Amino acid sequence: METAAVPTASRVPASLRGILPVVLALPVLFVAEWALRDAPFAVYLLSVIGVNIILAVSLNIVNGMTGQFSIGHAGFMAVGAYLAGITSLTLKDVAISFLPVAVSDQVFLLVSLLVAGLCAALAGFLVGLPSLRLRGDYLAIVTLGFGEIIRVAVTNTQAFGRALGLSGIPQTSSVAMVGFWVFLSVLVARRIAGSSHGRSLWAIREDEVAAEAMGVNTTGYKVRAFVVSSFFAGVAGGLFAHFVPIINPGSFTFVKSMEIVVMVVLGGLGSTTGAIVAAVVLTLLPEGLRSLFGALAPEGNLAQQVDQIRMPVYGLLLVVLMLARPQGLFGTRELWEVVPRWLTRRRKGM
Amino acid sequence: MSQLLQHLINGIASGTIYALIALGYTMVYGVLKLINFAHGDVMMVGVYMGYATAFALGREARGSLGGVLLIFLVAMGGCALLGFLIERFAYRPLREKPRLTALITAIGISFTLSYGFQLDIGFLPGSAPRAFPQIIKPAQWFTLGDPEFPDVVLWNWQVISLVVAVGLMTGLQFLVYRTRFGRAMRAVSFDHRVAALMGIPTDRVISVTFMIGSALAAGAGLLYAIKDTSVSPLMGLYVGLKAFVAAVIGGIGNVPGAMVGGLLLGLVEEFVVGYAASTWRDAVAFGFLILVLLVRPGGLFGRVAAEKV
Repeated sequence: METAAVPTASRVPASLRGILPVVLALPVLFVAEWALRDAPFAVYLLSVIGVNIILAVSLNIVNGMTGQFSIGHAGFMAVGAYLAGITSLTLKDVAISFLPVAVSDQVFLLVSLLVAGLCAALAGFLVGLPSLRLRGDYLAIVTLGFGEIIRVAVTNTQAFGRALGLSGIPQTSSVAMVGFWVFLSVLVARRIAGSSHGRSLWAIREDEVAAEAMGVNTTGYKVRAFVVSSFFAGVAGGLFAHFVPIINPGSFTFVKSMEIVVMVVLGGLGSTTGAIVAAVVLTLLPEGLRSLFGALAPEGNLAQQVDQIRMPVYGLLLVVLMLARPQGLFGTRELWEVVPRWLTRRRKGM
Repeated sequence: MSQLLQHLINGIASGTIYALIALGYTMVYGVLKLINFAHGDVMMVGVYMGYATAFALGREARGSLGGVLLIFLVAMGGCALLGFLIERFAYRPLREKPRLTALITAIGISFTLSYGFQLDIGFLPGSAPRAFPQIIKPAQWFTLGDPEFPDVVLWNWQVISLVVAVGLMTGLQFLVYRTRFGRAMRAVSFDHRVAALMGIPTDRVISVTFMIGSALAAGAGLLYAIKDTSVSPLMGLYVGLKAFVAAVIGGIGNVPGAMVGGLLLGLVEEFVVGYAASTWRDAVAFGFLILVLLVRPGGLFGRVAAEKV
């Protein structure tokens, strides 16, 4: 499991390696925010893509790197979305006086996202501690169960608006904030993959019994991976709550969990860049289909049916992909390890 | 007291249906070690086949014994064919691949069936739930207390579904433990590579197992539709999930375990609906599952295999 060394990494002091990319990325995000100020649909689309990337990358830490098949990720997203929503609703009328309103909004958004992430991480810990002693299919069904329990609990809680959901959450999410968290989650995932923690996770993935025999505390590492993963799922949920007009239990069903799993598997279990590419493709695919059908039959009811057609197409795509390329698009490799190979192969072919 | 009795009756009635669906999961898991997520959706397709047959027969014929048998035969036969096709084209090519890929394929097929049936194109039924035609006229076979407003009612369909379910289960138990084919199934389940070396046609055994499982799903689905009196394309997703929970509670891969798991789940759900809040039903099913798995990680009747190094 060689992790390709980034060429520049050796020249950057070790203490700065985690921070430097963030510092470099911040101006880019602010430029993007400024450039997109008049394009609400683009902002919405970018936000959805960003949230999906965070979800896919975070699930990849558990499913891909640790090899533990968890299919209840939407539950943690729900915890994050609702708690961020509640926090923001409570803080709605508060503002930091010495800051401009927009900046003050972002500060409060950050606060509620942190609340969301920490609560989801706590939920992940509570779920992970007992259930990660189970293996394989049993773990899958228990995580699915927890996802469903969270959804039913939310549906039955008065404070969370029952089946109607929460509305009136301030729509303070911004491309810069989504981008920042996308960046952070990718960074954390990559740093974990290359660290000694990550080595333990890979070892558990390859052979749990052997890893245990080599002295890896398997339950401990699995729980840690689970906590990190659910933290980011919670943040993604929090971001989601701040750009959709209403959040309700219907957004966090088994189907949503499956969508995230599909992204991870499509990209290749263990490949962070693969998860990103898959998240982008699978978010844009229905939009592309919609415009395609809209162009084919502008006034017919075909265009209205795209949302219906989306899910069967999704399912067929999954089957065809698994038959054609069971290891996912990238396998465990990252983008920069795969693309050069494709390019050289094509050149040889000519 | 009478309330308790009524809940017991209802719980057993719905539990047998869960148990029947769970049998399909358990058989497929036992032979292939694959969670067939599409099982519930195969059940849904079977229910729609029964629905179409019932309509084709018309009001008179569908109530008669022959009509009901025909409906069951068409649905179960159609589903056996569907199960065969799914196994042949979606699961068999992946048999030597990691188990995860087959699981994802199963999820893909589940999505294709359940959402494909929601489309409004051609013969597909559309997303709205429909009333299932009355193929068995409801009658009270046993009542307790005031004849006008009885405390306890035993409906005929409850008895019929219990009889059908027990019959199918006994037949299955006989098939698995008393026939040559059953022995082949158990051999494939133990180790399909070695079974192949011993001259067992593993592909055929797995195909037939899939077909039997799918036919059982269709039968169970029809019983469910008679109980619930409505059909919708998404019914397979959650009923299937519940049945799967039942299979895991009993210890997946274990035929009597699936029956016990189904009955337990039906009773637990019924008591939650009866004595607590009905909206918590789904959560309780999963909570019960988690509780069982924490105490006995292999399910009630399952054995946790020591992992080889």
